[in-house]
Amino acid sequence: MNFFLTIVLDGLIEASWLFIVALGLTLVFGVLKILNVAHGSFYALGAYIAATTVTIVAAHSLPPAAGFVAMLISVALIASIVGLLLERGLLKMFYGRDEVVLLLVTYAVFLILEDTTKLIWGVNPIYATQPYELFGNVEFAGLYYVGYDLMLIPAAALIGTAVWYGLNRTIIGKIVLAVIHNEEMSVSMGVRVNRVYAAAFAFGVLLAALAGALTAPKISMQPGLSSDVIILSFAIVVIGGLGSVEGAAVGALLVGLARATSVHLMPQAELFVIYLIMAAVLMFRPEGLFKRETARRI
Amino acid sequence: MGPRRFHPLLMILPVIVAVLFGRVLPTWTLSLATIAASNALVALGIVVLARTGNVSFGQGLFFAAGGYGVALVANGTGITDAVLQMLIGAVCGGLLGLVIGPLIARYSGIFFGMLTLALSMVFYGALVKTTLLGGSDGFNVGRPSLFGLNFTDTREADFMLYAVAVVTTGLAAIAAVFLFRSEFGLASLAVRENNLRVEYLGLSANRIITTNFVIAATFAGASGAFALMAQRHIDPQFAYWTTSGEFVFVAVLAGYQSVSAVFVASLALELVRSFSNLYLPNTWQLALGVFLLAVILFLPRGIGSLWTRERRKRTGLPAEAPAAAEEGAPT
Amino acid sequence: MTPVLSVRGLDKRFGAVVAADALSIDIAPGQKVSLIGANGAGKTTFVNMVTGYLKPDRGSIELDGIDIGRGSPRSVARLGISRSFQIPQLFIDLTAAENLTVAVSGANAGALSLHSPAEAHGRHDKAAELLGRFGLAHLADRPVSELAGGVRKLVDIAMALVRRPKLLLLDEPTSGVSAEEKFITMDRVIHAVAPDAATIVFVEHDMDIVSRYADRVVAFYSGRIIADGNPNDVLRDTEVRRYVTGGAR
Repeated sequence: MNFFLTIVLDGLIEASWLFIVALGLTLVFGVLKILNVAHGSFYALGAYIAATTVTIVAAHSLPPAAGFVAMLISVALIASIVGLLLERGLLKMFYGRDEVVLLLVTYAVFLILEDTTKLIWGVNPIYATQPYELFGNVEFAGLYYVGYDLMLIPAAALIGTAVWYGLNRTIIGKIVLAVIHNEEMSVSMGVRVNRVYAAAFAFGVLLAALAGALTAPKISMQPGLSSDVIILSFAIVVIGGLGSVEGAAVGALLVGLARATSVHLMPQAELFVIYLIMAAVLMFRPEGLFKRETARRI
Repeated sequence: MGPRRFHPLLMILPVIVAVLFGRVLPTWTLSLATIAASNALVALGIVVLARTGNVSFGQGLFFAAGGYGVALVANGTGITDAVLQMLIGAVCGGLLGLVIGPLIARYSGIFFGMLTLALSMVFYGALVKTTLLGGSDGFNVGRPSLFGLNFTDTREADFMLYAVAVVTTGLAAIAAVFLFRSEFGLASLAVRENNLRVEYLGLSANRIITTNFVIAATFAGASGAFALMAQRHIDPQFAYWTTSGEFVFVAVLAGYQSVSAVFVASLALELVRSFSNLYLPNTWQLALGVFLLAVILFLPRGIGSLWTRERRKRTGLPAEAPAAAEEGAPT
Repeated sequence: MTPVLSVRGLDKRFGAVVAADALSIDIAPGQKVSLIGANGAGKTTFVNMVTGYLKPDRGSIELDGIDIGRGSPRSVARLGISRSFQIPQLFIDLTAAENLTVAVSGANAGALSLHSPAEAHGRHDKAAELLGRFGLAHLADRPVSELAGGVRKLVDIAMALVRRPKLLLLDEPTSGVSAEEKFITMDRVIHAVAPDAATIVFVEHDMDIVSRYADRVVAFYSGRIIADGNPNDVLRDTEVRRYVTGGAR
């Protein structure tokens, strides 16, 4: 029983930050129809910025809680600005061209950001563990968990619910959904699609960076982080269905649980099981588990 | 039809020139050129497959299969001959392509691409956790030889590998030109344009795609052997998505029109990489990214568009309807 | 004499829509049959099933006595049925000659050559000959993307001819062609097609074309055949006037 609970909890914790990242990726695809190869780079950027913020706060002898709050704020601000600049300054130039072109552009951005982070933060691993102790430790049923890790679960659920609510129950959300379903119609209805694009991209980037910030206290920041995260979040988004919020949740849960299960039961399978699921979904239900209704043009 | 075309076998000349030129090149250029030739080989395979409308984002799978296959054979049987190793790599890639091709040929466009990516990452995941193969560290192999000759002098060894790589890639390029101009090559283009009509004409689109796929896999496997011989080391990174991404990068840079563009693009990539490493460490990806953006902006159809005229000149005039085209028509 | 095409009890439903309801028909060699009917009556579904693109829910289809009901478009093409399309299905970026050359490659037995040039072994000549029959020889080297709709229609039909099919199905061969040019176009098509395909079935909406070129007319309504006979009789039939041609006269 304990064993089962361990796997479920570990899986949920994994799934939590994976969901936040994948949510950003799937939203950007849904609205802008762009597969952002650089999405993982923003995750890494968020993690690095969080680390720097935490370190600066700690250097001023402020409590870890302040560091935690500060890192979330700084990451949110910087990521949104960078996202906006990127979309308005670069991506916009390539709209209307073949969809592969935008994929290549984001790939170029990924390459550029890889080295930019190396140049700013160096190649050696960086740590920022102070916030990790903020939520204490939790013991139950003979299991010990770090409070911070468990906190990620409600945090992800909150973000997921907020995004779902925002999309489905607010007017702005309905406008965004309209653009997702049929951009041409939205334009002819007077929607300022450009603004929706910019906001959606910035928000997607924000989510990635936020996930990076939230996990920063648990991991070591080093080169290679972004390439691992992008391929993982891509797998999740494919499994769940490109553009689907529910799909990102289910995909993240599947991947998180698969990871936890294999880590405990068969460590050799850990990575390849995830991509095997991705391949299987592509072969038997290519649109993903929750396909988004896209209007077919005849 | 069209402009006068050169005979593909004429391409042997630049290959011979390149090999001879290698005698006078400094060693660092030799290694660079060897890597460029080897990457060009994979990219060429991607271009071959892309003519059917399918882009493979997972050539790393065959690249790694070739590399690991050769490494295991070399360490197990003691075969060190460079040409033999290249052939083993090609066969490993080709056989794997033969198994996978039919499974994925029926998926179109973006799903095909995603599947190739997923499969390569499955292989990567398996390799990383396989301790027998050294896990994420991989393992080493010895120096290659050629026709029984061992090369103790580094310079001679590098030249030998360079020559084998350039000749192999050159032969592959010649074969590719023959392929592109063949009836199979035309049918491949037709598959990209309208695979339904292809079926209605009695041809199997899946079989055409699979054949192109196996060719691409074979090229990638051979290239894996070269990478192994150059680094004398194999590890799971061969199958990682960024490796596959670089090969696609070269293919895209080249454009899909000209075979020679693939070599120019590959060489350009290696030059950018080397020079940026020289002047500022940790900047080669930055340089590549900027370079890619520049090409996308200014040469949308790839480097090859610099010297190939667009396949057909657009006259801008619609053709006349049949009623006006009476001449020469039987009534 | 064995009918070229023999269909028995063909059923096909798409949800609540009945596209074929116990369809049975025999087509004899040499006939020029026109299928008429309103949109949605089941004519194109019939063509799609005969050519293997759709599988019937029930029923049998035989070509020269061979059962082809479970075949794919590829196998059916190889057995001797070719079709043209209402919206031309061509290889847009290739030239007209190249489009025909691919058709010629498809018609040859044996695997495609990986080295022999596309235009070699008489393939280009055959392509040129066929284009010439339709008066399109001068457009051979133009990419299809630059050709007008009417020309594309002809290229589409030419491609279907390459196999010298036992049965040629033409889906609305004159649709999209202006009224003055319809007869000229159909004349050209019938003449070009004659040496290579004796039995033709064409779907058509223009009754003038139907009465002039068909020796047998089959009228469809709601997936059923409501009339079958020579053009004069069928076109004057009350049911046909009600459900297909419209207007009482």
